[in-house]
Amino acid sequence: MEDYIVKVNDMTVVYHKKPVLWDVDLKIPPGLLMAIVGPNGAGKSTLIKAMLGLVKPTTGKTTFWGDSYEKQRKKIGYVPQRGSVDWDFPTDVLDVVTMGTYGELGWIKRPGKRERDLAIKAIEKVDMLSFMDRQISQLSGGQQQRVFLARALVQDADIYFMDEPFQGVDAKTERAIISLLEELKNRGKTVVVVHHDLQTVPEYFDWVVLLNRVIIETGPIDKVFTEENLKRTYRSSHENLYRKRDVM
Amino acid sequence: MLAEIFSDYTLRIVSIGSILLGIISGTLGTYAVLRKQSLIGDMVSHAALPGIGLSFLIIGSKNTEWLLLGAFIAAWIATIIVNTIYRNSRIKYDSALGMILAVFFGFGLVLLSYIQKIPNANQAGLENFLFGQASTLLERDIILMAIIAVFTIISVILFWKEFKLLSFDSDFADIIGFSTDKLDLILTTLIVIAVVVGLQSVGVVLMSAMLIAPAVASRQWTDKLSIMIILSSTFGALSGVIGTIISSSIPKMPTGPIIVMVVTIIAFISMLFAPKRGLIWRRIKDYYNKKELGANMVLNNLYSLYKNHGEDFHPHDLDTICLHHTGIIHSKRMLKRELHKLEILGLAKEYENGNWAITQKGLDKMESIFFEDGRDIV
Amino acid sequence: MSPQLEIQLIAILVATSCALPGVFLILRQMAMMADAISHTILLGIVLAFFITKDLSSPFLIIGAALMGTITVFLVETINKTKLVNEDAAIGLIFPFLFSLGIILITLYAGNIHLDVDAVLLGELAFAPFNRLVINGVDIGPKSLYTMLGVLILNILYISLFFKELKLSTFDTGLAAALGFSPVFIHYSLMTLVSITAVSAFDAVGAILVLAFMVGPPATAYLITDNLTKMLILSPLFGIISALSGYWIAMYFDVTIAGAMATMVGIIFALIFIFLPDRGLIANIRRRKEQKYEFALISLLMHLINHENSPIEREEAGINTIKNHLSWDKEFTQEIIDKTLDKNYVYIKDEILKITDKGREFALSNYSYIVEQD
Repeated sequence: MEDYIVKVNDMTVVYHKKPVLWDVDLKIPPGLLMAIVGPNGAGKSTLIKAMLGLVKPTTGKTTFWGDSYEKQRKKIGYVPQRGSVDWDFPTDVLDVVTMGTYGELGWIKRPGKRERDLAIKAIEKVDMLSFMDRQISQLSGGQQQRVFLARALVQDADIYFMDEPFQGVDAKTERAIISLLEELKNRGKTVVVVHHDLQTVPEYFDWVVLLNRVIIETGPIDKVFTEENLKRTYRSSHENLYRKRDVM
Repeated sequence: MLAEIFSDYTLRIVSIGSILLGIISGTLGTYAVLRKQSLIGDMVSHAALPGIGLSFLIIGSKNTEWLLLGAFIAAWIATIIVNTIYRNSRIKYDSALGMILAVFFGFGLVLLSYIQKIPNANQAGLENFLFGQASTLLERDIILMAIIAVFTIISVILFWKEFKLLSFDSDFADIIGFSTDKLDLILTTLIVIAVVVGLQSVGVVLMSAMLIAPAVASRQWTDKLSIMIILSSTFGALSGVIGTIISSSIPKMPTGPIIVMVVTIIAFISMLFAPKRGLIWRRIKDYYNKKELGANMVLNNLYSLYKNHGEDFHPHDLDTICLHHTGIIHSKRMLKRELHKLEILGLAKEYENGNWAITQKGLDKMESIFFEDGRDIV
Repeated sequence: MSPQLEIQLIAILVATSCALPGVFLILRQMAMMADAISHTILLGIVLAFFITKDLSSPFLIIGAALMGTITVFLVETINKTKLVNEDAAIGLIFPFLFSLGIILITLYAGNIHLDVDAVLLGELAFAPFNRLVINGVDIGPKSLYTMLGVLILNILYISLFFKELKLSTFDTGLAAALGFSPVFIHYSLMTLVSITAVSAFDAVGAILVLAFMVGPPATAYLITDNLTKMLILSPLFGIISALSGYWIAMYFDVTIAGAMATMVGIIFALIFIFLPDRGLIANIRRRKEQKYEFALISLLMHLINHENSPIEREEAGINTIKNHLSWDKEFTQEIIDKTLDKNYVYIKDEILKITDKGREFALSNYSYIVEQD
């Protein structure tokens, strides 16, 4: 467990003078399912985005297998929030999933048979084969989520970051997603998930990060996911920060 | 400016110009609309004005290339300023857009009014930029447009997947390593070029429509990006040609407004009648679905009557058949009409006293519907 | 009254009348809708003229303002179909209506050649019909009274519906729940915008209307987000832009309306760049400083945390501290130097120790930074 694949150091993200994330240190071990939980506005999405370079942190850096994000891109998969795109875009399921191969193709090269086959395999994995040619606006919420998932799977990464993948999906899809994540874990992959439903955290995940602008606590579920810790997380961050630094 | 008599040559030039404009603005407008940047065309076309004025003042030539270059630089600077404002303050995108649009345009007017006072400076040429006068296009203008059109097409083909990804999910694009800043720069530059180039034909005030309307129209007809781009180009080109022909037949009529009317009408027609999305198309389909349902209902009733009478082709009167009616058939007259329709199709038969029964063919049809739908309609 | 004075007075009235509803426009993100309206009222004027055949009829203003409302309605209707997104809906409707206006004018306006000045400076509707020579910068007193009326209308409307406007702008859901129809506010506001635009259009042209409706409010917004303050600052900036624009136009002998619009931009730019604390320059400076500032505080908090603990030697040793802060060597040294410089820290036995000054600094800044909004 000392072999951490992702290390976040001293990350602070400031928005108009107010820190959204403050002095975050995080180490992610490999081969497990990790949940990031915290109240609204706790900076959970921001944390992932800052780690992946979508948001520029004020201080701090993240390393993946000891290297920068740019160098390790190919090993990192991303599933954004469902609401982050316009689903009326003229494209179908196969097309979106194929986008997952673009990174490997690089500039200008067109996706060919190989990419198409990879995409189809991923679509199969999420059980959307019969919807392959479906226009994405005609999909349900759960189906859209699965499309995003498939797109990430195509990247065949070693670590996946997912932003609220269970938000607004039906129970059947939720079960399907979780079993998919289990499968990834069994293959040695790591999955980091911003999760909103506290009830299911112990059931689905091995490791948890309690975040409320600062890291409250992080570690294995059985050790860290306690009522006491949760109380601290969901309290006002002002108090938390004092507690953490033990300066009162 | 009394361009009432068209030589074939002029018409040719103008048509080609319109087609090229249609291709350029249709293609790039598709991306602008999909990226929710529709109104950038409005801003760019207004912001171009001071560029045109300055170019004339500095270089002293009214050659299109110089004017367009000035327009391009001014518009480009405006775009950068808009981005700077909304990225570095709490001013929202639309406010920044509207303000820069008005300020730059106002400054453009200042320059124009200054130019007006210069002896020998003929306003007319610059004026055409307001509402467009496609008939002033020269061969060299066409060549310039052709170069830009080719450049646009090549860029779009080369960066096909990149532009698509950028428009659909720019965060994901960033993550997998495509510099969205660079792509955005390329696309925005192309759009600015497209707008500037279209100013001659359509004018400042209306250029934004050339980016938006063809894309809106084409979206209604297809769910595939490639077809959408081709259709947009086609609609744009078509409107250009038709608009120019119409406006040339009316004295003093600038081309811009007519072209815009044509392309917007195309967009409205598409929104109303395109299959699947068209509003009126949907209504008509619903209506026919209902009617078909009505006919099916009657056939249904005949069928259940048949079954209930021990599989007998015994005819029944209208009242009996009516007893089963489900609300779609409102009157005896409507019932009769439906029955007659069925008769034409050979599915029902009328007997002597105005009674009706199902036919063998009708039975077969019912059986086939059963299996087709897999559900019990009776 | 001299013509000069008249013009400036009218300009002040126009600036104020536009800047007031403009505050709500930018807060509700309706700037481009205002752009659309400023174009479509042309059609309204044309149609109204066809009906009344009278240039001075007040019906013209009503008709044109009505067109503005209709524009909003059409855009909303298209939005409802969900076939098009909002900005495209705007960009579809207003060029269409504007084109219609131009076509009608060209067809029925006789032999008058569309004059550039006329189009842009507001006499578009009248130049084709009105044979009087209207100098683009000379505005008769009729406009003065019209604008005065419009200004009063704006002030009345905003005072009357202040809390409804405020609520529906910042919290539509709550407004609806409390029974203040956001739809009514939306349409009434946009109608007010139309009326203002038409009256100002007559005086100074379409472009200036948009400039005054968006520019000064935006400038005010840079300074404050308090609604009342914005409603005071916005007309103020409008008036400054108007007057300075007028004088510049007089000096260089260029179009007044254009000069005023340009000044709107320049004043915005000045505030945007130089505003202390929030302006561009201040922001750039602060971003650089923030990195050091946070690092400084982190270091000090780190020292506080490990003060007098058994591992202090390791955690706070001058050579080893960089490992625990995970900064690179140079940066660590830089920060340490800064703390020594400011007397926040002293060195004893090769360990960094915090001074009282440093403790005070760290704690007060820390609590400021992490305070909830």
